[in-house]
Order: sequence, then structure tokens, then C-alpha cells
Amino acid sequence: MKNNRSIVDIVSAVKSGKESATSITETCIERIEIEDKEINSFNTIAKDQAMKAAAVVDQKIAKGEPVGPLAGVPVGVKDVLCTKGIETTCSSKILEGWVPPYDATVVEHLKAADAVIVGKTNCDEFAMGSSNENSAFGPVKNPLDTTRVPGGSSGGSAAAVAAGFVPVSLGTDTGGSVRQPASLCGVVGMKPTYGGISRYGLIAYASSFDTVGVFGNSVSETALMYDVISGSDPRDATSLPGEREQILPTLDSENVEGLRVGVIKELNGSGLEGFESEVIQQLNGSIKALTKAGAKVEEVSIPVIEACLSAYYMLVPAEASSNLARFDGVRFGLREPGGNTAEMMRASRTAGFGDEVKRRIMLGTYALSAGYYDAYYAKAQKLRALLIQELNKIYETFDVLISPTSPCVAFPFGAKSDPLSMFLVDIATIPANLAGHPGISVPFGTGANDMPVGIQILGGKFGEKKIFQAAKALEVAANE
Amino acid sequence: MNKTKTDTEVKSVLPDGWEMVIGLEVHAELATKSKMFSPARNEFGGAPNTNVHPVCLGLPGTLPVVNEKAVELSIRVGLALDCTVQRCVWSRKNYFYPDMPKDYQISQFDLPLNIDGKLGLPSGLVVGIERAHMEEDTGKSTHVGDSGRIHDAGYSLVDYNRSGVPLIEIVSRPDMHTALQAKEYVEELRSILVAIEASDGKMEEGSMRVDANVSVRPVGADELRTRCEIKNVNSLRSIVRAINFEARRHVELYESGQAPRQETRHWDEQGGGRTLPGRAKEDSDDYRYFPDPDLVPIEPSLEWIEEIRKALPILPQQVRSTLVDKGASASAAGLIVERELGPLVFAAIEHGADAKRVFTHAENNLSQGEASSLDPKNFADLIKMETGGELSATQAKTVLAEMVASGEAPEKIASVHGFEAMDSSDLEATVDKIIADSPDEWQRFCEGDPQQRGKLQGFFVGQVMKATKGQADGKAVNQLLQSKSAG
Repeated sequence: MKNNRSIVDIVSAVKSGKESATSITETCIERIEIEDKEINSFNTIAKDQAMKAAAVVDQKIAKGEPVGPLAGVPVGVKDVLCTKGIETTCSSKILEGWVPPYDATVVEHLKAADAVIVGKTNCDEFAMGSSNENSAFGPVKNPLDTTRVPGGSSGGSAAAVAAGFVPVSLGTDTGGSVRQPASLCGVVGMKPTYGGISRYGLIAYASSFDTVGVFGNSVSETALMYDVISGSDPRDATSLPGEREQILPTLDSENVEGLRVGVIKELNGSGLEGFESEVIQQLNGSIKALTKAGAKVEEVSIPVIEACLSAYYMLVPAEASSNLARFDGVRFGLREPGGNTAEMMRASRTAGFGDEVKRRIMLGTYALSAGYYDAYYAKAQKLRALLIQELNKIYETFDVLISPTSPCVAFPFGAKSDPLSMFLVDIATIPANLAGHPGISVPFGTGANDMPVGIQILGGKFGEKKIFQAAKALEVAANE
Repeated sequence: MNKTKTDTEVKSVLPDGWEMVIGLEVHAELATKSKMFSPARNEFGGAPNTNVHPVCLGLPGTLPVVNEKAVELSIRVGLALDCTVQRCVWSRKNYFYPDMPKDYQISQFDLPLNIDGKLGLPSGLVVGIERAHMEEDTGKSTHVGDSGRIHDAGYSLVDYNRSGVPLIEIVSRPDMHTALQAKEYVEELRSILVAIEASDGKMEEGSMRVDANVSVRPVGADELRTRCEIKNVNSLRSIVRAINFEARRHVELYESGQAPRQETRHWDEQGGGRTLPGRAKEDSDDYRYFPDPDLVPIEPSLEWIEEIRKALPILPQQVRSTLVDKGASASAAGLIVERELGPLVFAAIEHGADAKRVFTHAENNLSQGEASSLDPKNFADLIKMETGGELSATQAKTVLAEMVASGEAPEKIASVHGFEAMDSSDLEATVDKIIADSPDEWQRFCEGDPQQRGKLQGFFVGQVMKATKGQADGKAVNQLLQSKSAG
């Protein structure tokens, strides 16, 4: 299945003039046009823009001008990130047909690195979901078994990499939306420290949780993508100041010797229920691998994790209910007729939003309402503060923490039709979003039905280098 | 608090035994170059939807970034109003409205920038300031249809030029008890905002808008009864009329055994000057405020606050008292501040002009905004010419008007007109001739009661002016008339 080429292969071919960026782009898009009919990982194929971008790269090379680290590399961008001149829908009927007049900061970074954006990837509507079954434009299928989900919400970005359409892609991670689909599709997926990568141009779901993340076939490709798109941004007030530590340059030369690794007790099969035994088996394998590579692995208990899911599903919908208010039919997207402005807004929102989006808007509106705020929103914020305090203490003794990324491997379509059972899929990934900490999922063996298992490595604030290093060690062990 | 309401003021509006309780919420647009959270221009006028940017259009994916200048101006306002400046948090106020592009307004809720201040009025009343917080303005809707109101409009047009313009909302305590006090408060607040260059204070352009919270109670009571909020009263005259109307409406309700209900009302100037209930807001009263996750709290450092405090100009209250110290009447001092002439007046005195003459010209011959077209040195020179006898008071007035219009120096204007003060013996000869030509009038002037005398004095001065083509000094003519009638 993974018959696509690595970034290194593409960039060296383009730079040496052996192949043109234009021909690589053409081949890539042709393949998507045929094979993605079944997978449905792209909402939009931006053929014209991609061919133009590739031609610019070819011109630079012809003139002997320097090119960026992603010269001619085809990239998929999740359809919640704004791309100037390319339709951006959030996989929602309410935004169908909207073409942003500006680029997200991360898209600007990709363009500056001479990447070629080939299209916008499918996802759960407004990034709300864990299986990609909530897209208004149909579900994405898992390329490893098309009867199963790819995970979500960035299911299209994960599937496009897993299918070999593109070597790398951008996703967003609000509660696990990069790491979980990476795990279910057998690719690498990474979310940064909150504030490490600009959110400008990311259509907000839950602003204080949302992060832009990256997918790749390998840890090093994922690291390069992180190096390209991370950085401080004056257009994002929550962006953290200072330079970002570059990951790729030292990834191969350093190792995990002496790295202090904590295995989260609540998520290792002996704590919370619902973890598949094959998944736990692979976790144990990864612990052995890290120990063998020189890391010091110990179990650590974080009891507050159990309450995270409730806090998360209180705070995230609250922010979403406000963030999604602007989709009102007035200035962009779908407008349904109504007798007056209020009726028009109501009709447009009723017709434009899917069930899961409506469910979360209602949940969040309720949580913020007068008389309920203290009991729900304020209490959940206290729990969030408590978790951060606990984790900061733990990261004094540990460099990284590990757990399975998902309690289960990719499941068949319709298997989790009850919303609550779907929420439980996020149990291992949401603590990092509540805390604003970085995390990465790296493939490590297979579980039930030969579907891939992903191991999650978490770090403290700006602990990116350590989690990439640990992920690299697991990647090496998994390939042995 | 020093309450200086006079009984006559209260009685003239409300029946005996009732008094008003008034608190004001004033929104002022801050005089920044760009908007509160967006790089778009902050400018009044302009073709619809030209001063816009993805951020203030609320386009998906955009994020707000705080305009530091707006924060600085807001701190200036806080300091000028004697507030405590504190760490503040941005909150979202959620409600759906087509001219608010995000369908929430970024404002400040439980932790505003400025709290607990006060504003002393010229009359002596001190009004408490509860808070002065920052927020963003909305766009403007035009409802095209029969009534011009949203609920039965055929369609609506929205202009987002104003969307995201920085505002400061200054909330007073309910310390005012007459509509005139409310007017005085707005005038004084306006003078302060203009003096510290935080806002242009133009009510006619909507850069300063007033909402009035009005209730009534029996005189002497301490209770706060149900209040109504009258929205967007946009002139000083309307403020007085709207408050008086609303207070009378409350008293009438109480006296007929009913009570007002808490609601938002609109001032209907065209419809004969009345307040009308606002749109029913059954579902928009709960704004679901919560901290805006796109922004971080502002923590103004003590150093920054002190730097801003040190750079504050002299405030109107201080300008007035300095003017009075220099010999201006209280009313002249008030007018000078109101017309923003303070800096010009002080500079002219500094250049050696006679203070009394400066005050007289400022009070009688200069209007609002004219200070900017007048060079203080030239103004001082004019007054020196006048006090030195080179120009009569009337000539000086003429020259001043031309100085404002052309910016020329007074000497030049005077010489173009051929103005020279008349020789005193020439003037006396003219006066004598006019007395001789009007013996009856002169008789009555000399013997008349004060009222007669006043009228005839005007007649004689007028005749002299006519004869001298305005070159005579009115004051000198009066003195001659007095001495001749006495002699």
C-alpha cells in the first residue's frame, strides 16, 4: 500500500533536475483522481493551483535559485485550514463553496518552503468526531481496510498519507484529531505545544484546544513538517514567543539513552476499561523496546485523567457554540430564505449544520447559560487547571509519558453510533489538549484484524524534541 | 457624594415628592489609526465596506490581536477619571445580530480595565464611575422597508466599516438626579475625552453615544427602583428630553398604581419626543459571557501606567480653576473649556497678552474648533494692539474673525482695512455733533430711567459707529456719553 515516495526522494529528484515538480504533481493528482474515488480522503483537488505552484518551483530550479526544504513535495491540507483561492468547507454544507481570501499562516509556511498543495482533505464536520463519519461529503475509508473508519477528525489527512497519495499532510488536533487517525491508519501524527504553531487561518472549533498538527509516513518527515510550520505569529495572540527548537537536524544523531519514560497507569489496561488486549500487548512491546534502547521506564499514576473526558466535553462545546455562531447565512456560505433576519439565520443553521455539530452547539450553549456556568464551565476549568498542575509535577520526574493512542484499532463503519461510546475513543488523547502539551502517535505493530496500533508519546510544554526522539526509537524498533 | 441638585430643577419636571435616579453608560470611539483587533482603518465615513479586513469581517479562521494604542488611550481615560487600572480579561458577549460579524462581541465583563473612579462636574456634583472597559463596535445595518426597523424590513444592508472600531464604555454610578446633571456629566466627560485625545467626542458622527438608565423614587428614599435603559440618545438636547420623559412616565405609572418593567427603550425624536419599548428580547438577555480563548489577559505594568499618567495633559477641571485664578469668570472658564480654547488662551497669556481681554475674546468672539486655526502669538499680538490703543474693541473683533479665516497676522489685516484707533479729540467732536443733531434723544437720555437710558445709549453708540464707519471704540464712546450726561 505504501508505494509513495519519501520527501527526501522527491526533493532530491526535483533539486537535481532529474524530475520536474510539475511531473511529480501531475502524477500525484492523477493517482488521487482515480484511487480516491473509493477512499474519499479529498474534498477538493486543487489541480490548477498545484500545477502553478509546481511550475514556480521548476522555474526557480531552472534559474538556479535556491528552493525550500519541501521543494515539489505534494501536501494535503485539512479542509478546516484556510487556503487563498481554494474552497474551504470544514466538510460542512454551511460553508460549501466558500473561497477564503487569505492563507492560514501554516499554509504560508508550506508555500514558502516550496511545497505543492494538491488539495483539501476530508474530515469530520468542523473537526467534530473521531471516525470521519460526520463529514457532509461522505465518510473517508481506511485505506488498510475500506470497511473500517480511518479515525477522526483529520481522517482524510491520515488516509491520504496511508494510501500513499501524499507523503505528508496537515491536520488539526483538538482532542486527538491528528494522533487518533494516525494510529488507526498506521502513520505518524503529531500535535504541538499549544501556541507552538499558529492558529491563524484555522477555522476554530475550540480555540483554547485547537492545534495544527502534521502527518507523515515516517518520524523524520513529520519532524521536517513541524520544523517548517512551527513558529511564533503576531497574528495569533495565543502564539508563544521565541524561536522553536528545530527537530530534524538532531533526530538521527541523538537517542533515548537515559530518557525518563512514564507509563500512564490509568491507560495501560490496569486502570480505565475499554482498552483492547492486543493494543495493550503492543504497548508492553513498546515499553520493552524503549528499555532496550536505554530509556528508564516506570509506571506513573495520574488519577485526574479519569475526569478529563467530562471536563473536555463541557469546555470544548462551550467554545464551539460561540465559535460557530458566525455561520449565520449573512456573509458567506449557505443562506436559506426566511421571513426576517432571525428566521433566515435559523433556517440556514438548521439546514447547514449536521447532527453532531448541532449536538455540540446545544451542549455548549447550555453549559454557558446563566445559572449553569459555575456548575459546568467554571468547574471544568478548575479541573483543567488541576490537570496542568499535576502534569507539570510529573514532568519534573519524567521526560515523556506513554500510552496507547487509542483504546481500539480501526472499527467498522457504524460500530459506535452512540455518541458517548464515540467520545470514549478520545480518552488517551484529550489530556494533552486540556494541558496544551505536545504529543505524537507512532505506529507500533498490529492488533485485532491486523489493523495498526499506535503508541502515543506525550511531553511537557515545548517537549517536542523529546517526544520526537522517543517516537524515532519506537519507529526503529517497530521496523526491526 | 456632593449632591447639588436644586429644588426648582426637580420640581419643574416631576410632581412633588419624586426624584430621579440616573446612571449613564457612555460609549466613545477611541481615536486610533486602526481598529481594536484588526489592521483595518478606523475612520468615519468612506464608501460602505471599504475600511474592512478579514479579521473585522469575522471571516472563518481569523483571530483578533489587541491594538496596543487602544489600550493606552483607555488607560488614559481611566486615569483621567481617577480609576484604578487593573489586569483585565477579554470576554465574549454572545448574541446573534447581522451587523456583528462574529455573532459575539469582544468586550470585558467581570474584570474590566478601569474600575472605581469619579468625575467632578463644574456644578460641584461628583459622579462615581463604576467602570470603563474596552470593547469593539458593531457594523451598521440599514433596514430597507416600511418602518426602517429590523422586524418588518424587506431586506437589510450592512456596512462593516464601523465593525471592530475600538470603544471605551464608561459606566457611571446612579449618582445623578436631574436631566441637567446628566447633560453636564456628558459635557464634562466629552471635554475630558477630547482634552486627553482619547476620542474626538463627536456625538453627531456617533463617536460618542449615550445610554441612560432612569428610575424614580420618593424624595429622600435610598432605594433603587426598577430602571429602564434608554438606548443611543444622540444629542445633548435629546438626553435632557428623553430622561425627563422617561422619569415622568415612571411617576405616572406609580401614581396610577402600576409599575414600570425593566426594559430597554428607544428615544423617538421624530415621533414627538417619547421613549418606546425596544424589540422584545425574550432570548437574547443571556449573553453567555465567557473569557475569550483567542486573547490573553492584559496586565498593564505599573511603569507603563505611570508613563501614561505623566503624559496626561491638564484636565478640564484644572483648566477651569486656573482660568478663574487668572481672573476669568466661572462661566467664561466653562465656555473656554467647552470650546477647547484652553491651550490657546494659556499660550496667549504666556505671550504677554492681557488676560481679561483674552478671556473676553474667547468668550464672545471665538467658537469651538477655532483654536486650531489661530496662532497663539498672533492672537497675543492682536490683544496687545488693542490694549495699546492701536485698535478699537470692535476693530479687534473684525481682525480676529479674519485671522481665524485666513491665518494672517493682525498687523497685516488691520492695515489692509486701514484700521487705526481714532484720536480721542476726533471722537469727542463726533459725539458732540451727534448729540447736537438729536436734542430730544439726548434730553431723554440725560433724564430717563435706567431702561430708557440703556436703549438710548445703544442709539447713540450706533450713530457714532455709523459716522466713524466702525472705527470708534465702543467703550470710549460709552465713557464720553456717561461723562457728558453727568456734566
